[in-house]
Amino acid sequence: MGKTLFDKIWDKHIVSIVEDGPTQLYIDRMYVHEVTSPQAFEGLRRRGLKVFRPQQITCMPDHNIPTLNQELPIQDPVSRHQVDTLDKNAKEFGVNYYPIGHRLNGVTHVVGPETGLSLPGMTIVCGDSHTSTHGAMGAVAFGIGTSEVEMVLATQCVFQSKPKTMRITVKNRLKPGVTAKDMALYIISKMTTGGATGYFVEYAGEAVENLSMEGRLTLCNLSIEMGARGGMIAPDEVTFNYIQGREFTPKGDAWNKALEYWKTLKTDADASFDKEVVFDANAIEPMVTYGTNPGMGMGINEAIPTLETIEESSRISFAKSLEYMRFQPGEKLLGKPVDYVFLGSCTNGRIEDFRAFAQLVKGKKKAETVIAWIVPGSWAVDKQIREEGLDKVLEEAGFEIRQPGCSACLAMNEDKVPAGKYAVSTSNRNFEGRQGPGSRTILAGPLVAAAAAITGKITDPRN
Amino acid sequence: MEKFVTLTSTIVPLPIENVDTDQIIPARFLKATSKEGFGDNLFRDWRYDKNDQPVQSFVLNNPVYKGEILVAGKNFGSGSSREHAAWAIAGYGFKVVVSSFFADIFKNNAMNNFVLPVVVTDEFLSGIFAGVNADPQMTLTIDLENQQITNNATGKSEHFAINSYKKECFLNGFDDIDYLLSKKDTIEEYESLFL
Repeated sequence: MGKTLFDKIWDKHIVSIVEDGPTQLYIDRMYVHEVTSPQAFEGLRRRGLKVFRPQQITCMPDHNIPTLNQELPIQDPVSRHQVDTLDKNAKEFGVNYYPIGHRLNGVTHVVGPETGLSLPGMTIVCGDSHTSTHGAMGAVAFGIGTSEVEMVLATQCVFQSKPKTMRITVKNRLKPGVTAKDMALYIISKMTTGGATGYFVEYAGEAVENLSMEGRLTLCNLSIEMGARGGMIAPDEVTFNYIQGREFTPKGDAWNKALEYWKTLKTDADASFDKEVVFDANAIEPMVTYGTNPGMGMGINEAIPTLETIEESSRISFAKSLEYMRFQPGEKLLGKPVDYVFLGSCTNGRIEDFRAFAQLVKGKKKAETVIAWIVPGSWAVDKQIREEGLDKVLEEAGFEIRQPGCSACLAMNEDKVPAGKYAVSTSNRNFEGRQGPGSRTILAGPLVAAAAAITGKITDPRN
Repeated sequence: MEKFVTLTSTIVPLPIENVDTDQIIPARFLKATSKEGFGDNLFRDWRYDKNDQPVQSFVLNNPVYKGEILVAGKNFGSGSSREHAAWAIAGYGFKVVVSSFFADIFKNNAMNNFVLPVVVTDEFLSGIFAGVNADPQMTLTIDLENQQITNNATGKSEHFAINSYKKECFLNGFDDIDYLLSKKDTIEEYESLFL
């Protein structure tokens, strides 16, 4: 019997299997950021250990860093201490390191793929749940905790129980004005926030094959929001064209040899999955969320479900969520006023997202009532924005481009949405307080965000 | 680490579904560089109001409910991979979290910090919530050796799953890194064969 893409990569990385226990899995690449690593480096120090394979570890600060005046010291002393601690650890342990302001700095999950550090067939981890992003390259990529970061630093291995496999097939093509983000939010709304827990997902089908690499990264990024251990897409010409010639991509003979192997990385026709789910791209509209987990999403023209349609055991949680958002069951979000718009993050901080946003706001003006944070995912994205002249388009429409970082996605820096304010955010989580204590988040794609920034209201970007 | 064999304790009930790790410990408290002190900010934004005053209606502020076992609604620990969530729960003094469903990363993180996640059926979970409603002093017993959880109010028991490797870790108080470090030769052999 054939193997799935996931099984091919997983099996190749098994070092040992503990009897009736987890698998010891070899890790090709680990990314490290400042929030989930200090205790892991401290653990090494306490045990008197070195980093086992420093060349396979890449560190960069992204969560705490300001998006204005990065050349100045970080003002918040606690944030500064955490970033300084990464600096000290990276230098002491001799791992690859892109500090603030470095040309390769940015949001880890944007930098990895665009530099060619994340490649097909790899196992990739980071102390960050959105590590699932890198699965778009045809890799097995997943988030881990800090104890596991320490394991990888010390041994280049982690212990993992093998997840079950799921294939999500999206038939047909996305309609105009519908983005990869909308596809992801649609899938999560159908699967629910815990619906893929215990599974590793492979995305397939015409709609997925027709996504650009940026779109695929957005889709895989959000896999964790339905609980999946990770998400992945078989590498194809889109993937190979994207990675060829990038800074850390193999060159010359090494490229040809790698390409030959990468072309074998697909699910065999006779392989079977533990679960198969099929969606139709024709049913997908621009999406918005109305609640406090990413599974609470709907088409932009739809109404919030009424209480009677919710399973009885979930009604208390559902009502609590709407109360936090100050929304009523059964109402539509169209026309609701918006205070903040955030374009950026590991979900939608790539060049294609800035192109989409710029295209919609071109020749128009930002609503005066809206504060917009426009944050490239990396310095490389920032450079491309300027090369394509998108900076001019955005500036003429009243938008200021900030410096790269995680920013308002989780508000660990100054970019916080005040209590009670509504933000249309291209990021990945609408949890209570995620964008600042008391903040109310409506997740959406870059086009819905652009339309909200121009009109100051929830607006269908196709109108 | 301390060994875990059996535990009988009163419980703290949190009958809310999809409790994400941003609620367990909000991002602004993730800036520490040690594992200490997170328990003080466990469920911070549910536990304290914006003036840092305790919210009386929240269960951790209700003196009637205490114990070393947290019992939560389904899909506990979803969202971010932050191990700070496990450190906050351990730091507060919980040794066991009971739910009908856990998010994967949280479950690993909890076990790596010797907080035992116990998965029960929806029915058993409802039974616990009903029991503690009637009598806040009700207790649960967790018997790890026999992988059994007992609702001492009803006398009902249920078997729970844990792989035998992790069970040994809990029973003996040792962790994964000790084990992996003992396998360095195998790792180098793997690298010479496959890289």
